[in-house]
Amino acid sequence: MTQPVANCPNCGAKIVFRWSSSVQTVCDFCKSILVRTDVDLKKVGQVADLPPDSSPIQINTEGKYGNKAFVVVGRILYEYDQGGWNEWHVMMNEGTSAWLSDAQSEYGLSLSSKSQDLPSAAQIHVGQQFTWNNQPYTVSVITPAHYRGVEGELPFQYWDKTDVTFVDLRSESRKFATLDYSDPEPALYLGEFVEFDDLKLKNLRSFEGW
Amino acid sequence: MSASTPPLSGPTKPQAKALNCPKCGAAIVLRSFGQAETVVCASCHSILDAKDPNLAILQQFEIKTSDIKPLIPLGTRGKLRDTDYEVIGFQRRSTQVDGTTYSWREYVLFNPYKGLRYLTEYNGHWNDISICKVLPTVDHNMFGGSSLTANYLGETYKHFQTADANTDFVLGEFPWQVRVDEKATVTDYVHPPRVLSSEKLDKEVTWSIGEYMYGREIWDAFRLPGTPPEAMGVYENQPSPVTTNVTGMWVAFAAFAMLLLALMAGFDMRANKKPVFGQTYRYNRADSKAETSFVTDVFELTGRTSTVQVKTYAPVSNHWIYLNYALINQDTGQAWDFGREVSYYYGYDSDGSWSEGKQNDEVVLPSVPPGHYYLRIEPEADPSLAAIPYTVDVTHDVPVFGIYGIAFLALLVPVVIISFRSYTFERSRWSESDHPPMQLSSSSGDDE
Repeated sequence: MTQPVANCPNCGAKIVFRWSSSVQTVCDFCKSILVRTDVDLKKVGQVADLPPDSSPIQINTEGKYGNKAFVVVGRILYEYDQGGWNEWHVMMNEGTSAWLSDAQSEYGLSLSSKSQDLPSAAQIHVGQQFTWNNQPYTVSVITPAHYRGVEGELPFQYWDKTDVTFVDLRSESRKFATLDYSDPEPALYLGEFVEFDDLKLKNLRSFEGW
Repeated sequence: MSASTPPLSGPTKPQAKALNCPKCGAAIVLRSFGQAETVVCASCHSILDAKDPNLAILQQFEIKTSDIKPLIPLGTRGKLRDTDYEVIGFQRRSTQVDGTTYSWREYVLFNPYKGLRYLTEYNGHWNDISICKVLPTVDHNMFGGSSLTANYLGETYKHFQTADANTDFVLGEFPWQVRVDEKATVTDYVHPPRVLSSEKLDKEVTWSIGEYMYGREIWDAFRLPGTPPEAMGVYENQPSPVTTNVTGMWVAFAAFAMLLLALMAGFDMRANKKPVFGQTYRYNRADSKAETSFVTDVFELTGRTSTVQVKTYAPVSNHWIYLNYALINQDTGQAWDFGREVSYYYGYDSDGSWSEGKQNDEVVLPSVPPGHYYLRIEPEADPSLAAIPYTVDVTHDVPVFGIYGIAFLALLVPVVIISFRSYTFERSRWSESDHPPMQLSSSSGDDE
C-alpha cells in the first residue's frame, strides 16, 4: 500500500497518509485541517483544542473485526446533551474504510451503505421501522448533535459543520443502523455492536492508575 | 495535573481529576475520566455538573437520615467477570407498594476500557447489571394490560413487577443527569438467574440485563471486610436451590415406574407358582394339653432356589389362632422358623361397624433351595376356642412384589420432596410480584 507523503502548507511538517483514499487529514503539529486536491494539500480550517475525552482508543490503535485487521486513522468527535461520542475512522486491511463508534465504552462497527429513498430528517419519528438488507430496524432515538472536532484522516471533507442530526436504529440482534443528516443527502451506515474484548485492540491509551 | 486540555494523542495519561465543590469547598474526585455527567458532593450533597469545569450546582438535596452508606465504599476496586471495576457512584432508590416503602441500593462501576456496569442490592440480594446492547421485544397482552413476557437473546422472561422508582439519595458520579426525587417507571421481567429491566424516564426507555449474585461473591470480588448482609426472603431472580428440572425429573420417574412394572410383569410370568402341598387340619383344645406339634407329609421343591409361600386359612370369628411353623429340609436338616397369627374381629360401636384382621394369612420365605421338605406345625388358639379347622397351602416359586413397592417409594419420595421444595420456593418468589400465586390452589396467578 502506498503511503503518499506531502508537506503541510501551513507549517511545512511532513504529512503521511496511512490510507491512500483519504480526502482530509489534520496536521499533527499545527492542527490545520488539510484537504487533498489534485495537485497538493490545501488548508481549509483549523481544529480548535478538543475537549479531554475518556475514550481508550487513539489514532494508530489496531484491532480486529472478525478476521479482518484494522487500524484507526482518524476520527470525528460529536457532542450531544447527554455527553459525547467518537466516530473513529478505521482502515480495514483490505483497504476499505469503516467506522468504529465509541459512546461511553459502547462499541459499534459500521460501514457506509448505499440505499435508495432514504427518509428525510423531517419524516422520521421514534418507533418507525425500516428494512435494509432484509434486516428490520426500529428508530430508537433521534439525536441533535454538535460537531466538536476532527483528528487524522477522513474519507471525505468534514470540517465546517455545526449542528447535525443522527438517527439511531436498533434491531433485535446486535445489528444497528445510523442515518446521518450532516449533508443535504442523508447517509446510511449499517453496523454491529461489538464487545471490547472481541476487538482485540492494541496500542490503546493508558489511564493513570489502571 | 493541569486544567488545560491535554493533546488528544500522545503520552499524556488521563488522570482522576481532583476538584473542589463550588458550594462547600470539599474535595471532589472525578474517577471516570470524563464519562460522568453529574457528580455529587459527599459533604454538602450538591449535585454538580461534571461536564462543567466549574462544577455548576444542578440540585441540592436534604438527607432525611444519616445512615445511608454504600456497603461498598466509593473508590473501591474489585474484579467482576475478569475485569477490574471501580465503584464511582451510589444511589438509593425506593418504591411504594400498597403503602409500604421498599428501598434498594445501586452502585455505578467503571473501567476506562470496558465502560460502565452496575450492581444493585436489596435485602442482601445482589445483581450484576449491564445495559442491553440488543433490543428486547415485549409480547403485548391481548387484553391491553401490561405485557406478560419479554424476549431477549432467544430467552423468554416473565413479567414480575412494574413500579415507580424514586431516587432518594445519590453519591459520587453518574453517567447520566441524576436528580433526587426523580421518578422512573421500572418494569422487571425474570428468567432466573437473570432479570431484564426496562426503565422509563420521560420518553426514554433504557433496557438492562442483570444476573443474580450472592453477597459472598461481591465480598470476595471487592475484598470487603466482614460478612455481607444476610439475604432475606426469596428475590425475584434468585436461582432456585432446586437445580433439577422438576418436569424432567417426573418424566424420568415415570420411565422408572414403567420399567418396574415391566420387571414385575416379567418376573410374574417367569414364576412357576407351583402348589406343592395342601392340607386341612383341625385344632382341638382337648388334644392340646401338652405340647402338640406335628409334622406334615414330605413335599418336594424342584428346580432353582426360589421363594416358598405358606398360606394359612382359618374361619376365625372374633378369635385368633397362632401357628408356630418350621419348614425343615429333610435332606440337610436346615430349618426356617416362623410364626403366623390368623385373627379376625368385628363389631359395632358408636362409630358404626368395624372389623380387624383377616381369616387368611400368607407369608413368603425367600431363597429356599430345592430338596425334600416338610412342615412342623405347633398350633395355639384363643382360650375361648374349643376347636377350629385350618388349612395350610404351600406354593413354590411365587413372585415377590414388595421389593418393587420399596423401589417405587424410594424413587417417589425424593421426587416429591424436590418438587415440593421447588414449588414452595417459586411460590415465595412470585408472592412478591404483581402476579401473586392464589391461596393454596393453582400454582399460577396469571390469567393467560
